[in-house]
Amino acid sequence: MDLEPTSEQAALRDELRRFLADRFDPDTRRACADHPGAVDPAAWKELASMGVFSLTLAEADGGVGLGLAEAAIVFEELGRAAVPGPLAATFLAATLGGDLAQAAAAGDAVVGAVVRAEPAIVEHLDALDALLVLSDGAPVVVDRPGGRRLERPLDPLTPVHLVDSLPDGITVGDHADAARLQRDGSLLVAAMQVGLGEAAVVSGTGYAKERQQFGKPIGSFQAVKHLLAEAHVWVDVARAAVHAAAVELDEAAAGGAPPGSTCGVDAARLVASEAAAGATATCVQVHGGMGFTWEVDAHLLLKRAAVLDVAFGSAQAACEARADALAVAARSVSRRR
Amino acid sequence: MRLRATEAEEAFRAELRAWLDEVLPTLPPPPDHEDWAARRAYDTGWQRTLHDAGYAGIAWPTEYGGRGASPSEELIFLEETERAGAPYVGCNFVGTLHAGPTIAVEGTPEQRAAFLPGILRGDHVWCQGFSEPEAGSDLASLRTRAVRDGDHYVVTGQKIWTSHAHVADHCELLVRTDPEAPKHRGISWLIMPMHLPGIEVRPLKTLTGVSEFSEMFLDEVRIPVANRVGDENDGWRVAMVTFGFERGTAFVSELLRSKVLVEDLARIAAARGGGVAWADGGTRRELARCAAELDALWAYTKRNVSRAAHHGNAGSGGSVFKLAYHETRERLGQLAMDLLGRDALALDDPRGATDIAHVEERLYALSLSIAAGTAQIQKNIVGERVLGLPRER
Repeated sequence: MDLEPTSEQAALRDELRRFLADRFDPDTRRACADHPGAVDPAAWKELASMGVFSLTLAEADGGVGLGLAEAAIVFEELGRAAVPGPLAATFLAATLGGDLAQAAAAGDAVVGAVVRAEPAIVEHLDALDALLVLSDGAPVVVDRPGGRRLERPLDPLTPVHLVDSLPDGITVGDHADAARLQRDGSLLVAAMQVGLGEAAVVSGTGYAKERQQFGKPIGSFQAVKHLLAEAHVWVDVARAAVHAAAVELDEAAAGGAPPGSTCGVDAARLVASEAAAGATATCVQVHGGMGFTWEVDAHLLLKRAAVLDVAFGSAQAACEARADALAVAARSVSRRR
Repeated sequence: MRLRATEAEEAFRAELRAWLDEVLPTLPPPPDHEDWAARRAYDTGWQRTLHDAGYAGIAWPTEYGGRGASPSEELIFLEETERAGAPYVGCNFVGTLHAGPTIAVEGTPEQRAAFLPGILRGDHVWCQGFSEPEAGSDLASLRTRAVRDGDHYVVTGQKIWTSHAHVADHCELLVRTDPEAPKHRGISWLIMPMHLPGIEVRPLKTLTGVSEFSEMFLDEVRIPVANRVGDENDGWRVAMVTFGFERGTAFVSELLRSKVLVEDLARIAAARGGGVAWADGGTRRELARCAAELDALWAYTKRNVSRAAHHGNAGSGGSVFKLAYHETRERLGQLAMDLLGRDALALDDPRGATDIAHVEERLYALSLSIAAGTAQIQKNIVGERVLGLPRER
């Protein structure tokens, strides 16, 4: 048992962190926020060249041959930098085989994902080459549907369209694939939530060290310090939960085990969702009046947390799934008594 | 990263399991909670059993008579003993987990030889004399005075929250040896034999109604200078050495018990009143949220243990764990009270079921945000040492 990242995993994380700090710095992010629009294709291609979408593909398929543990590390960094775009959906599309998968892996196709609903709210529609539609049945891929752009998206970096009806599309797997896409998507979202939460703690902490009131940095006051400490606590705990869930899935796959319970993923997702919501709200609070303005990035982190909260299921759905597993365990407690 | 056990870890687990299966049925029934003489005998008997089987001082280096187990093996040990329902560390806590490791690192060869074997064999029980009525969170302001008189320190003062003091043989004692020095630099760490004249122990009743800890009054107690661990006035550093042993395993039994607790509360929610509580989305999701947080804390425990294996200790991980755990455990306790409703108004069980034990557990959980550093102090530690925020003082 060893939940510390290996030196290779740490190197992967550090390399990507440096790249993202350079390529998706806060100014670039702000520019996107002021001009909401499509995903930058050049940047998307660069992410692909870093292996972001092909990480878990076999080397024979042009991938890197790594596991979900590495994917969790990579997606945490994407969350930390608040990189816009349907990152998890494109990553998952790359695992489905066929031409679209190849294009997704290479960064030549931007693939979104949505749970089938009528009407459906679809993120980043203008940027999409294809849309993965999830439901209780087999997953399907559809061409970019038509839709009405909603003028006031919650997250300025995540434009949304209203799509009245989704075409039937082409089936790209079976029920087991649908379950895997949902599970892995939720895990990757949880990883991004950890990164986002960490970014919020770092931002709030940085401000609390600089901002002076009553002649002292506000971070010296326990009322402020404790808010940030609480935020850090749950982000740190959530990270361990995400790593453990990812490693568990990798080890089950390596041992040829059938996909076991999603309990670890559900728990990690729920804890990560709440950690991100809490940390980003704390970041706004610590920034005080400035935190309530459009000028300071705190609101972008808070709004991204809200977007992630309802991506690939939701924190609420993960909570109900964890409740189902708890009910099963409770019945076995009854039998033991 | 991996969760899979190594072959050596699997072998350790299998051997331990086989031993527990064999030895646990031979143990006497646990004593009454308020019968301290019997509790001491039971706890030290278990320590002796561990010792004879080579499991005593599981994390201690072999050169001091310990098993020298890796942090992973220690985690396996705690996991397996909890699952098998083995006795807790009980009265052996301060000796095996605090004073013993401190003496191993900071003591003289004579002190190690004199005190460590007795701890490992379960011959001796230790207690901790750190906190004082006026020195709680601000421990370094402690006032118990030690005045040098030839080969002895003459110690006068008052200690509090001293668990197991009335059954202890030795006390790890912090005293002020230099009242003029800045508060952290005038403290010494002494080994106080509990049979010395001038020591009075008065048990304190906790809010759960049991006498778990005591006040200890010291009136000119003569402690040999040879019992000082570390240099005179260097006791604060010696006391802090313990934090370097933080392997993230302090709450393993606690956490595993809470995982069972949340399952039992789900059972109660489904069983009582025709399952109306479980059908209520708010209650159901609150239980699920607690379960998810405990899952996450189990992962975090493994993370801390891994960190300790790589770096020697879990760093700030202990504070982070404690803060998250107390919060979850507090909510679980409140859920238990809500689920039991008016049945929770007495600690006797009106229905002859064991559900009522949850009321006592709920009261006990209040200690988690107070003992061994309050939640507020832990948040200062996280804020200052992890996030690098400036101190208030």
